[in-house]
Amino acid sequence: MARLTPDNVAIATEIISRYPRPRSALIPLLHLAQEQDGYLTEEAMEHVAELIGITPAEVLGTASFYEMFKREPVGEYVINVCTNISCLLMGGEELLHALERKLGIKAGNTTADGKFTLEDVECIAACTEAPCLQVNYRYFHRVSPSEADVLIDDLRAGRKADEVPRHGVLSRIRQRIPEDRRAGVALPEDGTEPAWLARNEQSADGGGS
Amino acid sequence: MSDIPRIVSSRWDLDDGYTLKRYRETGGYEALRTAVTTMTPDEVAEQVKAASLLGRGGAGFPAGVKWGFCPPGVFPRYLVVNGDESEPGTYKDRILMERDPHQLIEGVLIACYAIGASQAFLYVRGEMALAQERIAQALNDAYEAGLIGKRIFGTDFSVDVVLHWGAGAYIVGEETALIESLEGNRGMPRLKPPYFPAAKGLYMQPTVVNNVETLSNLPWIVANGGAAFAALGAERSLGTRLFAVSGHVNNPGVFEVEFGKTTFRDLLYSPEYGNGIRADRKLKAFIPGGASAPWFYEEHLSLPLEAGAVGAAGSMLGSGAIVVMDETTDAVKAAWRVVRFFARESCGKCTPCREGTSWLEKILRRILDGRGRPSDVDKLLDICDNISPQIAWPPKQTTICPLGPSAVSPIASAIMRFRDEFYAYCGGGEVTVPVSGKAYLSTPSAPDAVGASS
Repeated sequence: MARLTPDNVAIATEIISRYPRPRSALIPLLHLAQEQDGYLTEEAMEHVAELIGITPAEVLGTASFYEMFKREPVGEYVINVCTNISCLLMGGEELLHALERKLGIKAGNTTADGKFTLEDVECIAACTEAPCLQVNYRYFHRVSPSEADVLIDDLRAGRKADEVPRHGVLSRIRQRIPEDRRAGVALPEDGTEPAWLARNEQSADGGGS
Repeated sequence: MSDIPRIVSSRWDLDDGYTLKRYRETGGYEALRTAVTTMTPDEVAEQVKAASLLGRGGAGFPAGVKWGFCPPGVFPRYLVVNGDESEPGTYKDRILMERDPHQLIEGVLIACYAIGASQAFLYVRGEMALAQERIAQALNDAYEAGLIGKRIFGTDFSVDVVLHWGAGAYIVGEETALIESLEGNRGMPRLKPPYFPAAKGLYMQPTVVNNVETLSNLPWIVANGGAAFAALGAERSLGTRLFAVSGHVNNPGVFEVEFGKTTFRDLLYSPEYGNGIRADRKLKAFIPGGASAPWFYEEHLSLPLEAGAVGAAGSMLGSGAIVVMDETTDAVKAAWRVVRFFARESCGKCTPCREGTSWLEKILRRILDGRGRPSDVDKLLDICDNISPQIAWPPKQTTICPLGPSAVSPIASAIMRFRDEFYAYCGGGEVTVPVSGKAYLSTPSAPDAVGASS
């Protein structure tokens, strides 16, 4: 697996069609590539470059800026433990250390069996539910070290498969814009005033309403 | 306070509040119908102006005024929804997107109608998978029901709303960085001027960037009138607002309260909100508006949650994120953790921020590791002074965006108030604990004073 599959090319083409400029689809397409392979392969990035008409270097330039894009294989489950201020105050570091002991790895690493990657991350917007973590971007709120222990056992045994898809799968629901409902892309070079704005003048001409 | 309406959080307690069915059963999309079938776009904009709705993302700029900055006669205009919530302590846009996505979508459509936006992009933070799923489903259902897309409610109003999502970068919450990211680039802020989004935004076209909570208020404002919204609150801070109260309180949570009138004490101690500090401990400090905000203390508890009052006291309400620290909190460690965030999230475009935040982080780390020197304390302030001259409030900028100056807030706050704790880490030295009405003193640190001797 490397280049996008024909099915994914079809999805990519539809995503590109929503934007006034193909390059705007770059981040969604990189997510699609990561969904396919679990991480971003060089071949997939080159394929994405072809699809939107930019160079592979430009794709890499964007991909390398963003935390979520992994350019080497990661575990089937990526565990992001928040240790930012609200979580720090409520035991986020202790949670991280408990997971390091449980998995036998330091944050930033992957277990030898390729099952888990552990990361020490910045705020994930669950501050009132601290300490919190995400597994493949699915939230677990107010997690104690012993609950984290059970969570790892559950994940290893496949008991969370419905709740937590494998790494790379983000939104399991895709936006669909029905052809007959589509208003159309607003191209920057099309300077037409939207029809409904004329109502402002009509209202003024009619002496206001 | 039970007579205060829940303007944006009314469906949070419903198990199926995120579905189109329940949304419509509870009055959903009726404000949009009213707007597009009975009001002109200008009349809708007038209601939003009358509401004096301050942007809820952090900067607190009035939304109606922001809309008015689009130059006349230049089309197409775009609406970009900022759902990239990532300011530490902030947790409200994610709830709005997960539990009431249709309310946001209705707000987006109302805004598009009022400003004449031909296409909208709903940018959701990458890490928020459930929010992306809920919004994708809501958009699909609303398209099927004829509420988005071509000829909405059978009128001449047509607009597509495209769900877009990020990939992990705090800086993308800054509006010009958000636009860069939406164009497929690294999320680095643009220089203003000339790149004010209202004039030169997405694809160099007029673009309005509004926050999720800001837009979620619009259905209520159209349905009830801007005056009804403005009847709540006080001074510049009208309507209601969401505040996330986290940290050492007995009942952490996200609460919709009357803006401008509710006080910090209400929010931290009232049984219906924070319900006091855990284990009856004393309050040490609290962050009133997200990690970028200077810290507040006991003497600030009586302040109302009002943008002007909080600004005059030397901090900001920012993104509505209140982080409470009790007396057991290690101020040095707390400051380090917040600064590490800014060091990691600096995009690297401007030197004072790229270099300054990482030096601050390294020195704080060294202090925590027991290898600090007493002169490090003033050295930290000196670096802060280089990032944001005079360490004033509001902060002066040497950088394109406010990220760098934001890193100054936690350090200056912690040192000005808890300097003795820093010296304790560094092995002795004098103890000075300045106490003033300001969050921290706005006097400049002497350039290279003590730090120069190290």
